Amino acid sequence: MPPWLDDLLWTYQNLVHALGVNGLLALSMYVVLAVGQLSLGQAAFMGLGAYSSALMTLKLKLPFLAVLPLSAVVPVLFALAIGVPTLRLSGVYLAIATIGLGEVLRAAYLNTDLLGGALGLSGIPERAETWMIYGLLALAILALWMVGRSRIGRGMEAMREDETAAQVMGVPVRRYKMGALLASAVLAGVAGCLSAHVSSFISPGEYGFEPAVTILSYALLGGIGTPLAPVLGAWVLTLLPELLRGISDVRLVVNGLIIVVAVLFLPNGLLALRMKRRAA
Amino acid sequence: MTPLLQLDGLTRRYAGLVAVDGVDMQVVPGGVHAVIGPNGAGKTTLFNLVSGLVVPSAGRIVLDGQDVTALPPERRAALGLGRTFQNIRVFAGMTVLENVLTGLHVRMRCGLPGVVLRLPGFRAEERRAVARARAALDLVGLVDEADQPAGALSYGDQRRLEIARSMAPEPRLLLLDEPAAGMNPAETEGLAALIRQLSGLGTTVLLVEHDMGFVMDLSDQVTVLNFGRRIFEGPPAVVRQEPAVIEAYLGHKVAARLAAGARAGVRGV
Repeated sequence: MPPWLDDLLWTYQNLVHALGVNGLLALSMYVVLAVGQLSLGQAAFMGLGAYSSALMTLKLKLPFLAVLPLSAVVPVLFALAIGVPTLRLSGVYLAIATIGLGEVLRAAYLNTDLLGGALGLSGIPERAETWMIYGLLALAILALWMVGRSRIGRGMEAMREDETAAQVMGVPVRRYKMGALLASAVLAGVAGCLSAHVSSFISPGEYGFEPAVTILSYALLGGIGTPLAPVLGAWVLTLLPELLRGISDVRLVVNGLIIVVAVLFLPNGLLALRMKRRAA
Repeated sequence: MTPLLQLDGLTRRYAGLVAVDGVDMQVVPGGVHAVIGPNGAGKTTLFNLVSGLVVPSAGRIVLDGQDVTALPPERRAALGLGRTFQNIRVFAGMTVLENVLTGLHVRMRCGLPGVVLRLPGFRAEERRAVARARAALDLVGLVDEADQPAGALSYGDQRRLEIARSMAPEPRLLLLDEPAAGMNPAETEGLAALIRQLSGLGTTVLLVEHDMGFVMDLSDQVTVLNFGRRIFEGPPAVVRQEPAVIEAYLGHKVAARLAAGARAGVRGV
């Protein structure tokens, strides 16, 4: 690596890590939106991944290569538990229920001594490497792209357009919704583990309502036509506060404005391209 | 012959209304079976019950010897049940070809690992599905529009697309809900030819339709519903002479007058 690139990565390593982690979070939003589910539990999944992996590292002294895959376990179990009741909901009801569940978890972290309460957990060794973050991001994009360009992707898009018609075509809508929720839990859980192991410190506030909405804004800005679109949205929204340091106090306001503008003027997101699903 | 579809005492109650009331019905394999009746007779509810979108209040639905009453719609589709909708429901944002490929979902087997890893079976299956979808589009005359978004098609073309999408997996039983609605006479004729062709290919067709000429020309058997009840069933030639049917459509006064006319040697409906 040339010295200037090394310097650049060193200077901006927090930003480089955040771009990768937020990309994974955007994908975790994408998979549920792709089946037409406005499920906003990504921040909650992320928190479960972060806390469970931090405990595995700090208390159980497990090696990171074991912690990373295991960080998906708790979010997945949580997704299985909430999936059955919440999949009966749709639209804003699902959004409200999932945000509520996230807040319940945040309150639980605040009041659990093992998890450090309001202080959170600190001293987590910085074991996640940049290549791991970007390797997993690339793998996730590739896998979701393959799924998108298949009968499963067609079924997902059909569900998004008209769930009843898709069901009559034989698309197993309940199974796909559950699958999407589980994939969302894995992606966000792993992202939580990675971010905990690059920042060395986690606290309950990182996984509440505000991050839940921020993650939604990634996908709203980028769009959900392809898996690249939400990642692009995450990158724009992660870079913007860095570029506009002066207004970082009003970052949430800017995020809100971007959501409004995106919904009004870019209903299909920045990357409005659709995936071609024709066989070669 | 074992019926392909058998309904036993099928009932659906809504608050203050019995939409489908104890309907017994058998659809034999092969041929075209029509369900007719005045507006509000319960025809669409009957279709929704058979395809699994509405849960019956009582009764049983048996598809090819298997009780499917408790199965969700997608499982019934996998057993060879297809349908179209009265109000068109194409996937407007997807291309015409993708719509038909979605219809082929039940005929494709490649699972998640095969899809993600692009295992050898994946490409072959996609190619076969595209060929099959194109053949279905060719049959309804939409093959040139394959790559257009379905929402851009005209009303009649969307209707034909829906038929192509539902027939592509070669269902054993195809439910067509008012397929000729909004079609001009030439299009209706084309549709009748298409349904005959489907029937010849081994698909049994159950259809709801208001165009009586169309129904009488096409069907082998006609079931008449009124106020959710089955009031008559028989071949078209008999149905059109049946006083109870005429009364359901035209009221008892006209029915009585027609009956008097028929006795005097005038043809019925």
